[in-house]
Amino acid sequence: MQNYFLSITVLPLLGFLINVLFGKKIKSEKFSGWLSSIFVLIPFLIGVQALFEIMSLPEDGRKIVINYFNWISAGKLTVNYSFLVDPLSVVMILVVTGIGFLIHVYSIGYMHGDEGYARFFAYLNLFIFAMLHLVIADNFLLVFLGWEGVGLCSYLLIGFWYEKKFTGDAAKKAFIVNRIGDFGFLTAMFLIFTYFGTLDISGFLGQIAGYPVNNALLIAIALFFFLGATGKSAQIPLYVWLPDAMAGPTPVSALIHAATMVTAGIYLVARTSLLYVLAPYASNIVLIIGIATAIISATIAVKQNDIKKILAYSTVSQLGFMFIALGTLSFVAAVFHLVTHAFFKALMFLGSGSVIHGMHEEQDVRNMGGLRDKMKITYITFLVGAFAISGIPPLSGFFSKDEILYKTFTNAGILPYLLVLITAGFTAFYMFRLVGLTFFGKPRYNSEHIHPHESPRTMTVPLIILAVLSAIGGFIGLPHVMGFNALEHWLEPVFKNSYALINLNHPESEHSSAVEWLLMLVSVLVAAAAIYISFRKYSRQDKFAEEKGFGKVLENKYYVDEAYDKAVVNPIFRTSESFFWKIFDVKIIDGLVNGIANSLSKFSIDWKKLQTGVVQDYAALAITGIIGIILYFLFA
Amino acid sequence: MVELNYYLVLSALLFAIGVIGVLTRRNAIIIFMCIELMLNAVNLSLVSFSSFLGNESGQIFVFFVMTVAAAEAAVGLAIVISLYRNKETLDIDKINILKW
Repeated sequence: MQNYFLSITVLPLLGFLINVLFGKKIKSEKFSGWLSSIFVLIPFLIGVQALFEIMSLPEDGRKIVINYFNWISAGKLTVNYSFLVDPLSVVMILVVTGIGFLIHVYSIGYMHGDEGYARFFAYLNLFIFAMLHLVIADNFLLVFLGWEGVGLCSYLLIGFWYEKKFTGDAAKKAFIVNRIGDFGFLTAMFLIFTYFGTLDISGFLGQIAGYPVNNALLIAIALFFFLGATGKSAQIPLYVWLPDAMAGPTPVSALIHAATMVTAGIYLVARTSLLYVLAPYASNIVLIIGIATAIISATIAVKQNDIKKILAYSTVSQLGFMFIALGTLSFVAAVFHLVTHAFFKALMFLGSGSVIHGMHEEQDVRNMGGLRDKMKITYITFLVGAFAISGIPPLSGFFSKDEILYKTFTNAGILPYLLVLITAGFTAFYMFRLVGLTFFGKPRYNSEHIHPHESPRTMTVPLIILAVLSAIGGFIGLPHVMGFNALEHWLEPVFKNSYALINLNHPESEHSSAVEWLLMLVSVLVAAAAIYISFRKYSRQDKFAEEKGFGKVLENKYYVDEAYDKAVVNPIFRTSESFFWKIFDVKIIDGLVNGIANSLSKFSIDWKKLQTGVVQDYAALAITGIIGIILYFLFA
Repeated sequence: MVELNYYLVLSALLFAIGVIGVLTRRNAIIIFMCIELMLNAVNLSLVSFSSFLGNESGQIFVFFVMTVAAAEAAVGLAIVISLYRNKETLDIDKINILKW
């Protein structure tokens, strides 16, 4: 395994290098695109191979650490370039490379004719390279390498069409907001190295196993890691970059800002699950942030008009669901929702890309309508995604969301459950508002100039595959009352210690099948009702009045961006301009440097007069000196 | 017998006159002569010490000084002549181009 497994990261890197160095010379879109796609497909196949290899091991030993070489060695710090292959990382590898491959193929069609074609695929491959490091690294520093790498790729791809100013602004916003999260990640790493003397994930988790519950150090590490997660996974208070990130090309939104990169925070928390079990204080904060994010962004999504913005807020909201699962210590449910969400959200983003492509770059749902006849495949696949995210059985989103609802009910209580249930209702509502406005009703676009058409096959085939996955993906994690939860069983070795500890502290309450069935029924009813209300209203809407009252607040995203501008950005900007620039830089730094130079220059101008060129002056000086020396020896 | 101090005082006076001449006079040749005066003031004190201490090395030293002074006079006068050819003056204040 050791020999071939390294190619999982080497191949995408190779694809990046080829495209970035020779992309302009190759000039063949087909070559660039397919080369990159193949270099993601092979890692996917390696992931499948790893899946079988892990499966062949006994359940207790399903963990392979492959150490390639010593990366950094300085003093007490030793960091190896080593991979950790266990059930969790295999799941992540398959999601990243599988969906990554489909989106690569989709991009071949979507980016057709773009000037930066090779550059685009180079960045995509670099992203896969970094993301794979993030999910298979065996130590935190290597995770951080991937963490920063995906951040860089996110920046590069959001600002891919750099000739427009707003894409550059969005890219900078994403990068800077993520820096705040990275500060948390780094601080957590520093704490771990200072107090545990290692950066190995397994070494660290092994050491904390004996710690008491709610130890201050562990809470601090957990919260700093969570700060990192809120940045990368777009949670309150750092979620503001994700909706703006939609300035990038749509496949990027699907791959990076829906399916994979934004789940890095969930992966990180799940990977260090023991830490959060030992710090209930921190996991409560995770739960609160998750609920708040889910409900706030779901309500914002209701009043957005840009098709990609709706999906972006939906992503933020769904990531909130995953953090709710993590906060209630149901790690499997979080990973399950991560996987199904990757399917249906990638599907819907790609579907929206297909719509935008067919509508000639129109993104406002108010200017669409009636597309279901013009774009059949896009319509049907999108509908599958919308039903899946709304939680209609037997599609994948139903199972994963239901698991989260159930766990919230049993682990967190009735009030969090109700909030999550309401959010789930909102999810179905905004999703079918989107469907109704886009695919139903009368065409509201100018049909003289715009002729919507179905997208090419490289785009529709990935849509179909993702639709199938969104439909059946839920069966990997059936609820207990329905049968065998394969995903839970598969991930058991990873979370064994965490779950053992949870059971020790809270002996598991009896599984009540009746309650589980009832909750399922309630959530389906809520979703169905929301779909009905929303679809009835929006599939016929023709006129769009100006939003008033609370609707206006929602349309303007609760004015969060404005508040951040007022509270954070502008003060920093003003102090930077009036103090750091005009006083500190100009007066103090420049003043110091120029002052030294000026005074030296003045001094020299005065004293150079000493050199008169008249021999007698020199002689006079010499003699004065001699007399001085003589006097010194005579009298001192 | 005349005491050593008289010779030394005379030597010092001659030397001081030479120094003042070097510092104050403007004509290059006179400055040159003043330098000679300083050299001979030193010679005088060397000879006096030699005689009073009964040690000949002082007198031998004087020969060396005179030899060097002769060579120096030759070089110095050559410089003075070429200076005059170039600048048509021997005023030392006007020969000041080697400066800032």
